[in-house]
Amino acid sequence: MPTKRSVELSSAEQQALLKRLIDGELPDAQGRFGPFGGRYAPETLVPALQRLEDGIREHLKDDSFVAELNAELTQWVGRPTALTYARGLSQRWGASVWLKREDLAHTGAHKINNALGQALLAKRLGATRVIAETGAGQHGVATAAACARVGIPCIVYMGEVDVARQAPNVDRMYQLGAEVVPVTSGDRTLRAAIDEAFRDWVSDPEGSYYLLGSAVGPHPYPYLVRELQAIIGREARAQMHQLAGGLPDAVFACVGGGSNAIGLFHPFLGDKDTLLYGVEAGGRGTGLGENSATLATGTPGVLHGSYSILLHNDDGQIQETHSVSAGLDYPGVGPEHSLLQAIGRVSYVSATDAEALEALRECCAFEGILTAIESAHAFVGARRWAKDNPNKRVLIGLSGRGDKDMPTLSKVLPRDVFKNKAA
Amino acid sequence: MQPHERISAAIRTANDAGRVGLVPFITAGYPDKDGFVETLKKVASAGDVVELGVPFSDPMADGVTIQRSSHAAIEAGVTLSWILGELKQTDGIDAPLVLMSYLNPLLAYGYKRLAEDCVKAGVCGFIVPDLPLEEGTELRAALNEQGLALIQLVTPATPDARMQALCDASRGFVYAVTIKGITGGAQALPADVTDYLDAVKAAAGDTPVCAGFGVRASEQVSSLGQHADGVIVGSALVEKLEAGEDPAEFLNGLRG
Repeated sequence: MPTKRSVELSSAEQQALLKRLIDGELPDAQGRFGPFGGRYAPETLVPALQRLEDGIREHLKDDSFVAELNAELTQWVGRPTALTYARGLSQRWGASVWLKREDLAHTGAHKINNALGQALLAKRLGATRVIAETGAGQHGVATAAACARVGIPCIVYMGEVDVARQAPNVDRMYQLGAEVVPVTSGDRTLRAAIDEAFRDWVSDPEGSYYLLGSAVGPHPYPYLVRELQAIIGREARAQMHQLAGGLPDAVFACVGGGSNAIGLFHPFLGDKDTLLYGVEAGGRGTGLGENSATLATGTPGVLHGSYSILLHNDDGQIQETHSVSAGLDYPGVGPEHSLLQAIGRVSYVSATDAEALEALRECCAFEGILTAIESAHAFVGARRWAKDNPNKRVLIGLSGRGDKDMPTLSKVLPRDVFKNKAA
Repeated sequence: MQPHERISAAIRTANDAGRVGLVPFITAGYPDKDGFVETLKKVASAGDVVELGVPFSDPMADGVTIQRSSHAAIEAGVTLSWILGELKQTDGIDAPLVLMSYLNPLLAYGYKRLAEDCVKAGVCGFIVPDLPLEEGTELRAALNEQGLALIQLVTPATPDARMQALCDASRGFVYAVTIKGITGGAQALPADVTDYLDAVKAAAGDTPVCAGFGVRASEQVSSLGQHADGVIVGSALVEKLEAGEDPAEFLNGLRG
């Protein structure tokens, strides 16, 4: 039997890597975040990935691109998003709880930050067509909207399991002018949708732009997505100073592929008194296939173009995952998260389906906010921590709104009033 | 002769006899796990080199046929260890064997042990579709240690300078992907495929060039054979096996 592999870093290596992350030196020229990342892609896509990397270097920090992106983020996305003091939860948890409201961004989730930035980039790179994958449908909706705004046709691959459980988002994508292709291969969720999007891109690597939605994939995607999502953390950090009187003691974000979490965490990496927690989907149990808690139980391997922590068996076959939330139902995680775990800067914990649903109801009842089931996982981690660490300042990344989850919620949640039972 | 030299020698032997080298691909243990060795022997009897697919759960460069065969093989319990175990016990296959595997099963197996076990099992080399040249240093070193080939792919999207670097690094043969796309496509081969293959041949020097992706008919084999040293037939053969047809008969038919 092959022994489970792991990545061991000495304490000096850990500190050096953290410093390089904070100083903006990672990923390195090979697309590596320490041992993780890289570019494991079919040969047909290597020149396309190189062109994308060159295009990012030319445009992403260029004044005219930044000005165009910022204007669109303000006028069309509605940024900056609010930081909300969660009065009800603060009282219940014995903490000062603050919510970074990505649910208020246009199309209802943080996904728009990345979709808009990449759609503008695709336009500058002369793409004639955009391809995207989606799990919960939030990235698909964001991409459809951004492509409509920018003026590029768009095709979205979505696993047929997700098409069924996120029906409202499928209709939204169609209305926004995207073509939605249900994926019937593999596990028929996000992972299969990514496989299929890559297959499409291999057929037209020059004309098509693959607008990847999470901080995963071959270099330069994990870098690009982090740069476009880091606006969440930059805004939240400034808002905490302005409104909460100082930086948070702990920050919580849900982690599937990890785009909202990396965006929220990255600007806080240098704040050594701020603890960072990623909350993965604990699903319905701890066994392989029962959850999507990749960092909690996975080992290193290569999937979808990068070396990162994965859920796979001893033969290297990727495992099917389970989560009540389509957006977290993924057997891999972005390479930067694998590094952040390996160097101990971020702790990764998990929340079960049942805990997430209860947190969702609590947030509805006491804050008047219907969060996405994905985001509800972050609330579970925050609540647990706040109970153990009283009177602290806690920041939660509320990555998206829950309207798209109504088909699932109508099935699993009773219609009684949560307040009366749990007060 | 080193294992990687057996691959190029087999292609050259066919060329010397006035034939294009034929490289059939099958997914190991598909459609019938128990009949693996028997199927392999039939295929090997009609091919010059055999490409044996190690099934992977996420074959991102493959079309529906090989997705289907990979999935079924995994369900039937086919693993890399099982494949190497079966090969170790099998005699009487003259055609050199090349394993086609995505990277993760190889990583899970461990490179050093993999190279050693492959030599014992009579495997001569590897094709790894999600391992670009830049990421292949470690695996290449482990395979070189045992004289095994790491076959590089080039595609119509490959720029000239990169094409040369890929051909220089490739051992056994150079795998010239004929189309921009995934395996098993039914579309006609592009009109400029001959110019492309001539360019690959020029870059490859003494290393044989085998053309693959979307090859289904004897006319394609003979026309590609004018510009390549070998032709790879994958999805079309897997579909014949699924239909219960005799693989050797199909392959011999392709030779025209």
